[in-house]
Amino acid sequence: MSFIRQFAARIVGQSIRIFARAITAVRADWQGIEPVPRQRVYYSNHTSNADMPMIWSVLPPAMRRTVRPVAAADYWLKNKVRAFVGPEVFNCVLVDRRPEVKDKPMDKIIAALDEGSSLIIFPEGNRNMTDDPLLPFKAGLYNMGVARPEVDLVPTWVANLNTIMPKGEVIPLPLICTVTFGEPIHVKEGESKDDFLKRASDALVALAPEGRG
Amino acid sequence: MSATTNDILLLAFGSFGILVALTFLGEVLRAREGANFDNPVLDTYMTRVQSWWGMVAFVGIALLLGKAGVMTLFAFASFAALREFLTLTAKAQADHISLALAFFVVLPLQYIFVALEWSGLYTVFIPIYAFLLLPIVSALRGNSERFLMRVAETQWALMITVFCVSHVPALVTLEIDGYADRSVLLIAFLVMVVQFGDLLEYFFGRRIGKRRIAPGLSPKTWEGMVCGVVSAALIGGLLSWITPFGTLGAMLMAAIASLVGMFGSLVFAAIKRDRGVKDWSHLIPGQGGFVDQLDSVIFAAPVFYQLTHYFYF
Repeated sequence: MSFIRQFAARIVGQSIRIFARAITAVRADWQGIEPVPRQRVYYSNHTSNADMPMIWSVLPPAMRRTVRPVAAADYWLKNKVRAFVGPEVFNCVLVDRRPEVKDKPMDKIIAALDEGSSLIIFPEGNRNMTDDPLLPFKAGLYNMGVARPEVDLVPTWVANLNTIMPKGEVIPLPLICTVTFGEPIHVKEGESKDDFLKRASDALVALAPEGRG
Repeated sequence: MSATTNDILLLAFGSFGILVALTFLGEVLRAREGANFDNPVLDTYMTRVQSWWGMVAFVGIALLLGKAGVMTLFAFASFAALREFLTLTAKAQADHISLALAFFVVLPLQYIFVALEWSGLYTVFIPIYAFLLLPIVSALRGNSERFLMRVAETQWALMITVFCVSHVPALVTLEIDGYADRSVLLIAFLVMVVQFGDLLEYFFGRRIGKRRIAPGLSPKTWEGMVCGVVSAALIGGLLSWITPFGTLGAMLMAAIASLVGMFGSLVFAAIKRDRGVKDWSHLIPGQGGFVDQLDSVIFAAPVFYQLTHYFYF
């Protein structure tokens, strides 16, 4: 039974990848890192629910197998289809953002890092619906960088998705989507949380193509 | 095997012969560079030749398959070109539906009309119906910010990547007396004279080019362009046996197509410069995007179509 589920997960994963390629011709632009399997936290801008599948789709197979997107449990456990796709196709680390739960998100994230997984996270916390390039970052990225300083934090800009699939529209537009990976950053000795988050945010915005989002 | 099929195969093998020579040349140059070679010009040249192999194979197969093959190939090329173009244009969320209509309704309908040979419709469908309908759909969403820019840029995208490109397969639908089923060869003629003209324009421009046509925009020179157009005319004359134009007519048609195409290429250089990109996209290795690949053919196609229609129909 689990074999069949695994097989189905692979098929669904490949279909999502092929669909993303066919519609948006999505491609990776490796500006600051090489596409080699080493432990990284890809932190990205978040404008659409398709952000994560796009990043996932452009990673080479060996890297895709070890990467785990950090995602909201309330979204991915809402119905049976999502509960299959989120944890089994994308192998998400599901975190519960409600303050009353005992299971703290950061514990799960650190546990995933200690297993050797790479992560995809969206430090803005929510989808950015404003005209600003980024919302202020939440502390999670800093906490990860402090707890596991050897892990590369890689800024990852997903371009164009807010035009391809804006909130409230049904049909995706087939425009070209580019995922740009920048140079990794680390928390410096004695760097304050706010300074680091500002630096991380600037490094990410610097990857955005000029005049277009 | 029909005479048309024979001729297509002959042209395909001729092109393959040229590609073998070009590949051979590249490999010789590469061998001369030695083991630790680092020559970006040669690398680009080799990637381009490799893409050309694919291109000749695709166009050759499409032509052999006849009308259906040609329609499908150019419909996909149009889709990819429109995607590249609209990625760079001004748009707002208010245009979402009209852009979706451009991709999923206007583009397929244009190719269906071409396939049905409704020439009275496919020559006006985009400039009249699409151009009037899409701004209405955008206006209904009530966002006037940069409205004229958004509408105009979307219209240009459709004009260039759908209207113009669809005039290449539309050549198949021309019924010329005594030429009948051979009209598919007009596509081979157009593509070959325009592309070879470009190649030789580039070559001569590098060798003897002095006076820039549009300094600051493109390295094209008047000397290169004249040589390119003359070469296109000569190639057109050599290929006149696949056309209904006669030798002189073929030379003239080739020269006009090549000239219009080269100026079209200048227009694309201006658009790319305006948007700050080097290539339209990354989809064809060594060439950039589909618009980069089609390039001169885009401007040449409707003019070539109309002239053929006017003089030989």
